[in-house]
Amino acid sequence: MSLTGLTRPWKDFSYGFLDASAKRELRRKMLKAVAVPGCQMPYASREVPIARGWGTGGLQVTCTLLNPGHTVKVIDQGADDSVNAASIRRFLTRVSGARSTWDTLEASLIQSRHRVPEEILREDQILILQVPNPEPLRPVEPNMSVARQMHADADYGRMWLQLYEQIVRSGRVMFGAAYPSLVHGRYVMTPSPIPRWDVPKLNMARHLTILSAGREKRLYAVPPYTRVEPLVFDDVPYKVEEHGHLTCYRSGLKGFFMNEIPQEDGGALHEVSDSHLGIKAIRQGDGEDVATGDTWYTNGEMGQ
Amino acid sequence: MTLALDAPRLVQTQPLMVLSGVSKRYGPVVALDDVSAEVYPGEVLGIVGESGSGKSTFLRMMNLEELPDAGTYTLDLPDTPGNLFELDRFARRMLCATRIGIVYQNPHQGLLMRNSSSGNVAERLLIAGERRFAVLREKAGDALAASEFPLDRMDAPPIELSGGMQQRVQLAKAIALEPAVLLLDEPTTGLDVSVQALVLDTLKRLQRDRRITMVIVSHDLGVIRTMADRVMVMRRGQVVEQGLSDQIFQDPQHAYTQQLVHAKL
Repeated sequence: MSLTGLTRPWKDFSYGFLDASAKRELRRKMLKAVAVPGCQMPYASREVPIARGWGTGGLQVTCTLLNPGHTVKVIDQGADDSVNAASIRRFLTRVSGARSTWDTLEASLIQSRHRVPEEILREDQILILQVPNPEPLRPVEPNMSVARQMHADADYGRMWLQLYEQIVRSGRVMFGAAYPSLVHGRYVMTPSPIPRWDVPKLNMARHLTILSAGREKRLYAVPPYTRVEPLVFDDVPYKVEEHGHLTCYRSGLKGFFMNEIPQEDGGALHEVSDSHLGIKAIRQGDGEDVATGDTWYTNGEMGQ
Repeated sequence: MTLALDAPRLVQTQPLMVLSGVSKRYGPVVALDDVSAEVYPGEVLGIVGESGSGKSTFLRMMNLEELPDAGTYTLDLPDTPGNLFELDRFARRMLCATRIGIVYQNPHQGLLMRNSSSGNVAERLLIAGERRFAVLREKAGDALAASEFPLDRMDAPPIELSGGMQQRVQLAKAIALEPAVLLLDEPTTGLDVSVQALVLDTLKRLQRDRRITMVIVSHDLGVIRTMADRVMVMRRGQVVEQGLSDQIFQDPQHAYTQQLVHAKL
């Protein structure tokens, strides 16, 4: 009888890079975050093999949720093919055995930096947003202990004051990305630096959104069918970026969030920011049988 | 014939603000020792005393910024029952924002120096739940106008304004929600005499027009004399003498008050 005969054959007992206790902690914090929508939950942010500030928060959440049955999509500013997105995607498939995809419709987990896909997400999909600065009160209250107390008291007068100041000074609200939004009528959150275009997509969405900041060690969530209302005065309506009339020069798509590509003659071309939506449109143009899902915006207008 | 010391109006009305038995220690230092005060609606109570006499501490208690070791505080308003010192932090904050206005000696304490002046006033309205930009703008303008602030500068940040203007912004912020009581902590100290007179003028006019109840703390007897109906003299955390202001200034009873009045004259 040999030692090998007594032991079971070696096989992986865990997947998703993080150890079981780290994943358990993250799971518990995610459940808490879902239970109190928009409230920031502190967690012990682990080391992952990318640098802080490059999406470690999102990566830890994805690693925790991931199992070999998942299909994962990684977006960086709307694109699937940027270096950061490609390496995170390759890392995720390698450590979990999950499949990867570029197609929003196929994905079950979507880790994203700065964008929400244009196609409407379903109940069975989870969107994970990478957040650099989770604290909406930081510009108005540098002391984080006081800021937490302000959240507890729903003391958001200073947030509103910021809006007032911007309108007084510039004639309009100057928040470009990370527009502060009230979740479930209680907590103000910063919806990661997604453009104003994407904030209405989170309101009463079918999918679960988890936002995680690795460097700041905070995560928060927007559960399905939860109100997300951008802070606006009653008489100054919320405005998304004026991209509704722009046409993508590659795919011909119109009425979506665009990337501006400056040209040598001083003009600019526009290309659809959700890159795979553009790719699908080009393939359809070529006669391929590609399915495109319903989109939140049609002809540049947000549907109901 | 006995001389009636209190005005009939004060005798007949219920006090708006009652503080009784307020005590506070900071380690071995006794800041307030069993101090009581009553403020009647529409009157101006002046509190005088030397530095360290506990007058500012007392005012901070009235603004619920600080809690005493012992004592009770009641406001005779419809929706503020019981001892205000026992309210939780949230209720305290809401009460302070909507019912009590305060002007500090140092504008840095009461104002957001880098926000616009109108924004400073609007913040109060925002806390109270106003969400219409046009209304905010209008009401902030009204409050600033009432404190005689030049409206063409209403969007300048306080840091760019003179000391007198900063005090006017503080005043506008304090009266924006029409508080039940206005607390003034050395409002004109640090201003030169002519500006001081102008600010006092504004305060006087506000008091006359709106019958705002005021508590004014100062070490400057001149200010107290122009403003206050009734005076409380404090020393070493205790009230040594109180009465109508004419009475205190013409016929001081306590040795310390006598000294104070003589030092002034």
